[in-house]
Amino acid sequence: MIRLSIPLRQALARLSLPVLIAAAFGTMLLGKADALLVDRARMALADALAPIWGALQEPVGAVRGAVREGQHLLALREENALLREENERLRRWQATALALEAENALLRRQLAWVPDPAPAFRTARVVADAGGTYARAVLLAAGPNHSVRKGQIALDERGFVGRVTEVGSRSARVLLATDINSRIPIVLEGSRARAIMVGNNAARPRLQHWPEGVVPREGDRVVTSAEANAFPAGLPVGVVRWSESGAAEVELFAQLDRLDVLRLFDFGLSGILPPEAVARPEPRPRR
Amino acid sequence: MAKGRPEPPSGFTRRLDAAVRGGFPAVSTAALLVMAAVPVGMPGLIAAAALPGVFFWTIFRPGSMPPPVVFALGLLQDLLSFAPLGVGVLTLLLVHGLALRWRDVLVKRSFLAVWLVFCGFAAGAAGLAWGLTAVLNWQSPPVMPGLLQLGLAVGLYPALAWAMSRIHRIMRRVEGAA
Repeated sequence: MIRLSIPLRQALARLSLPVLIAAAFGTMLLGKADALLVDRARMALADALAPIWGALQEPVGAVRGAVREGQHLLALREENALLREENERLRRWQATALALEAENALLRRQLAWVPDPAPAFRTARVVADAGGTYARAVLLAAGPNHSVRKGQIALDERGFVGRVTEVGSRSARVLLATDINSRIPIVLEGSRARAIMVGNNAARPRLQHWPEGVVPREGDRVVTSAEANAFPAGLPVGVVRWSESGAAEVELFAQLDRLDVLRLFDFGLSGILPPEAVARPEPRPRR
Repeated sequence: MAKGRPEPPSGFTRRLDAAVRGGFPAVSTAALLVMAAVPVGMPGLIAAAALPGVFFWTIFRPGSMPPPVVFALGLLQDLLSFAPLGVGVLTLLLVHGLALRWRDVLVKRSFLAVWLVFCGFAAGAAGLAWGLTAVLNWQSPPVMPGLLQLGLAVGLYPALAWAMSRIHRIMRRVEGAA
């Protein structure tokens, strides 16, 4: 250890705060100037911490499960009635769906229809919140030899969640559809009108840029659009809801507040990525 | 005045003991930040978890929370929360600097008074973080998450400060006995 005289040490101590405040401005400039370096540092840190978060996930998951179980116990009766009613409705829908499926198969046979190949997917566990105060993103733990790549599309068991924007060696970050930087091309299923779903950090992203003459109807189903070649057509996203302030919003099918396992689909598309993702998605390896 | 090193190093265990005591505030705050990143559906938890630790240890144990440690904690916060780099660093350093300046007054006050002062600090920190995020991203972020972060920090402080003051008292007793 270097021995310094006491006045010198005091002077150094007094100087260190202003110098470090200047250094804080320096890091801001660095973060703006070299976004790639910062992203790499973030993913390296996330890679290092992913096993710890993975281990923490067990007790946290247990506590959350217990809380949910308690809530379910309290709401047992109403939920049961609700489920009975829903079951009746779904039975009718199931009959319709089976009839439609048979009809669809018949028509496809007559048209010599070439079906889309079934997309490959892998699942990954959500281990950390990677959004901070002003962003909505989650961090996934992927195995050491994972095949997760930028631009892949994440769905939970119900619908669209977001896109992979950063990939480390053991983790990946998914920008959620609700993030303020998220712009998703969508189609309103009722009218086939295209629009853009814009995240605003709130639970329901907004709809913008729908064509003139078409107004999104309350309850209209929203699916992804193949426009811009960033998404395959027809992934379930949500339904249209008009807010009290008169804005068209999308109530997402996916439960973004309780994500635990995500499916990552590789559709092999090379369309545009959000602006903060600097690199293009890597092409799918040839098989 | 230097509370952290009262005795001459007369043995390995004693030095180890002092090192653990000196390093505890920084390490525990960093561990809290890492744990706060576990998703519980509350955005802003990471930033809200950093503030009480830095504020408390700056006032009650400034020897263990020097500016370089605050800088490192801020950097950790920014990297963990994928926030624009430097926002957490600057916020925490300014909180540290101001708390250190008013330390002589604050250290003698009651818990409630310190909490009220902390509320002011948390509001300032949330406002500064909002402003810096707006400047660095060149778009004004929504106000609600900032308020949520403020509420989380204010709400977390009593619980964290209670635990930290217990530990601080134990450390003081050990130092007094040595």
